[in-house]
Amino acid sequence: MTMPYYVAPEQVMKDRAEYAQKGIARGRSLVATTFDDGILVVAENPSRSLHKVSEIYDRIAFAGVGKYNEFDQLRVSGVRHADTKGYAYSRDDVDARSLANLYAQYLGQVFTHEMKPLEVEILVAELGTDRKPDQLYHIAYEGTITDEDRYAVLGGETQAIADRMERVWHDGWGISEATRAVVGALGGPDRVLEPKDLEVAVLARGNGRRTFRRIEDAELDSLLA
Amino acid sequence: MGLPVFTAAEDPGPDFVGLLRRTGVSSGVPAGGAAGGEPGVGPVRHGTTVVALRYAEGVVMAGDRRATEGHAIAHRAMEKVFAADRFSAVAIAGAAGPAVEMVRLFQTQLEHYEKVEGVVLSLEGKANQLGQMVREHLPMAMQGLAVVPLFAGYDLDRQRGRIFNYDVTGGHYEETEHSATGSGGRDARTTVKLGYRVGMPRDEAVELAIEALYEAADEDSATGGPDLVRGIYPLVATVTALGFASVPETEVAERFATLIDRRRSEGRQP
Repeated sequence: MTMPYYVAPEQVMKDRAEYAQKGIARGRSLVATTFDDGILVVAENPSRSLHKVSEIYDRIAFAGVGKYNEFDQLRVSGVRHADTKGYAYSRDDVDARSLANLYAQYLGQVFTHEMKPLEVEILVAELGTDRKPDQLYHIAYEGTITDEDRYAVLGGETQAIADRMERVWHDGWGISEATRAVVGALGGPDRVLEPKDLEVAVLARGNGRRTFRRIEDAELDSLLA
Repeated sequence: MGLPVFTAAEDPGPDFVGLLRRTGVSSGVPAGGAAGGEPGVGPVRHGTTVVALRYAEGVVMAGDRRATEGHAIAHRAMEKVFAADRFSAVAIAGAAGPAVEMVRLFQTQLEHYEKVEGVVLSLEGKANQLGQMVREHLPMAMQGLAVVPLFAGYDLDRQRGRIFNYDVTGGHYEETEHSATGSGGRDARTTVKLGYRVGMPRDEAVELAIEALYEAADEDSATGGPDLVRGIYPLVATVTALGFASVPETEVAERFATLIDRRRSEGRQP
């Protein structure tokens, strides 16, 4: 008869965290920042159809890094939550804070109770109104939630990218300056990212009720030119 | 309300009505076998005449503003023409409560599908979805609360406007040129039929839609005509390759005035 081994809870958590971090670090990074007309999200993503950045609701966007099937499931459940809430109450009652908290709870629960933690890091971005500032909620694999009002970096080598963002970020910059700066920060000193390596989307105040819009092809080329 | 996460086997996919059933939120669309009772639940609000016609760049859709409750006027400025999504519009006739609820559900369903799947439903797919909602509503329709929508949109694949009309069973039929429904639908249809030309320009199409509603209001007590005293005019919208656009109320008022002037100058009754 084999005896079950005793493993210290600290060790269990450490192993799980390491496992999740490794999975996330394998993928490419993503940066979101506010600009004068809204929120800009730029991801390194060579695929045109498997998106990392998507629309959740009128003023809310979702972005994820790590394992695609895992963050996509989270994205879909976010859409479901938002649409159900907007239908049951009103469109104005759907807000990013409560959604971010739900994500945090779910990720936290999976991290402690399931065999395998989710290898994802996600971002819930909300375009502000006159009475509410733009908000970026960054949620880590174990459910830690942080809110930013300037920029957020998700993925592998976040510290280096965040340092580069810190140097260039300034309040009230326009979309093309912001896009070029973010692409520069993502690539770093040694790499130049081409439009085909990038997935870019905005939540912009000028877009009507549904503020989410992808920036693709010629429009992206002209922003980066 | 927790985070709706499903196992792969139980996932409702892009079906919003299915999601509502699973999460226990009432959808307003009964899952068959509505509450019993005698046919006819007494006077409830009814909306009436709506019309749609194709023109050169797409479709125009219009609806009067009156809601009735039995023989009484319940509302003078009801909206019966809605944007279903960016490239389609839906107009309603019948019991106002369930009709407006159905539109809300339909709008949410189209957007939900688009967000979950990452692609927009085809125009025919949208028409079928609306048909299913009308069919689900049949038990209520049997009790006198029928909802009969009219659906029109711009088909981006085929590059033209298309119109679908419905019956209470959810059956839907594509109309090649124009359609009207509701209690004044017959009069509206006749007017459109007489004035219709294939490939008419926008201005003429909008005017014809307004004229059709005007004629319907003349003959049908449940259809409201233009209300100059209160400044209430029919709601008119167009759907083209550029998407859904409401025709401004000032333009509708102007077109209505020119319509009356023209009819007077032609020696016809205004």
